[in-house]
Amino acid sequence: MSRPDRHEFDVAVIGGGLVGAAVAWGLARAGERVVVLDEGDVAFRASRGNFALVWVQGKGLGLPEYAAWSKGSSDLWADLADLLREQTGLDVAFRRPGGFHLCLSEREVENRAHMLARLHNQPAMVKYEYAMLDRARLKAMLPPVGPEVAGASYCPLDGHVNSLRLLRALHAGMQQLAAAYLADHVVERIDHLDGGFRLTTRHAEVQAGKVVLAAGNGNARLGPMVGLDVPVRPQRGQIIVTEKVAPFLDHPVVTVRQTDEGSVMIGDSVEEAGWDTTVGAGVVSAMAERAVRMFPQLGRLNVVRTWAALRVMTPDGFPIYQQSVSCPGAFVATCHSGVTLAANHALVLAPLIARGDLPAEQYGVFSARRFDVPATA
Amino acid sequence: MFRRLPDANAAMIAVTIDGRAAQVRAGDTVAAALLSAGILASRAADVSGAPRAPYCMMGVCFECLVTVDGVGNRQGCLVPVAAGMRIETQHGRREAGR
Repeated sequence: MSRPDRHEFDVAVIGGGLVGAAVAWGLARAGERVVVLDEGDVAFRASRGNFALVWVQGKGLGLPEYAAWSKGSSDLWADLADLLREQTGLDVAFRRPGGFHLCLSEREVENRAHMLARLHNQPAMVKYEYAMLDRARLKAMLPPVGPEVAGASYCPLDGHVNSLRLLRALHAGMQQLAAAYLADHVVERIDHLDGGFRLTTRHAEVQAGKVVLAAGNGNARLGPMVGLDVPVRPQRGQIIVTEKVAPFLDHPVVTVRQTDEGSVMIGDSVEEAGWDTTVGAGVVSAMAERAVRMFPQLGRLNVVRTWAALRVMTPDGFPIYQQSVSCPGAFVATCHSGVTLAANHALVLAPLIARGDLPAEQYGVFSARRFDVPATA
Repeated sequence: MFRRLPDANAAMIAVTIDGRAAQVRAGDTVAAALLSAGILASRAADVSGAPRAPYCMMGVCFECLVTVDGVGNRQGCLVPVAAGMRIETQHGRREAGR
């Protein structure tokens, strides 16, 4: 209040999903005066439709720094959960019992082993424990697997969380830290003036010293307003949820997990379908069929909901973290793993944005300039 | 709590409710049979454990979930009683695979 700043807010965060809320909470913890401008109920809301894994294994082929970034966030996740519980009283049900990627044929086992070997043979790859398991070893670790499961990869760093409660806890936490939250404030225009930014919505004008684009697929539209190219596109994923049942699955599998409250989620489909969030019976039935082959006891459960949500996907699947050159103070943070990376966004990225600098030696690889390589003839 | 409208023609059939023999009216649903038998809490909620009772009686609210012939989470208000049926009130979540 007593600081002689010219702007009402130090930072405006555009987007109140998991990325925006994690960054905003981290900024507010760092002492910044934060305003979050969110969309209304028309938003696509990937943060309410995701699969809620905190996942490490298999990530980073082609960009080993992304593997290290994911592992680092997984390592910080228990701290994030503790901080949110201490501050808000909300338990986000973070568990890190180790996770499996199940294979339904010997060919799938071979392909998985080959992919992971290539991933971990990359020169700059971060070191962590993982293993390919044959059927006997897998069955000993994960007894509910059915007879058709041929093997699996396993990583002790993998876990999961209640992502809806995470979103609620981040919002409760940032508002307790006096961050302002403006719902139904679609940003229509950003002007860079006088060392700061003016954001125009239908309802208001907001002035802030810095701006963070964390609007998911909306970043493609917002980026050019502050001299950033943010090539993200929607990629559809579909999810099935069963009725709640007694705990039977102690570990998350990349496509099947039992939530803290007992529901079984089945997911991880990938489709290029533009902005269409229709649930397709074909995809859902294929997902259900594979899940029942993995865990036959799922076959008798009632499905209570299916839905489709849109991932926020870059051309290479890796995140973008970048400060604008032409409009310094404007940052973009976008990824398709807002759950896994929430700890890094809140506890690592936000303090750097508060200081106004993303060090090039760590964050240069995550700049969208990597997409500017001229096409070869 | 509930009083039945007079209906002289309805036959009674034998079922078990939580393992005890019971006579219920043919044509009733499982939920109606439980209420008629004075069993108001037909399940314990799957997250909080609070007692719950049949509510909408038309398949919408999912409050009347019970175990019927060994299958959990059946909607009691949509299942007609049948001779020999095993009806169990449900305490906590159903088991996967049962």
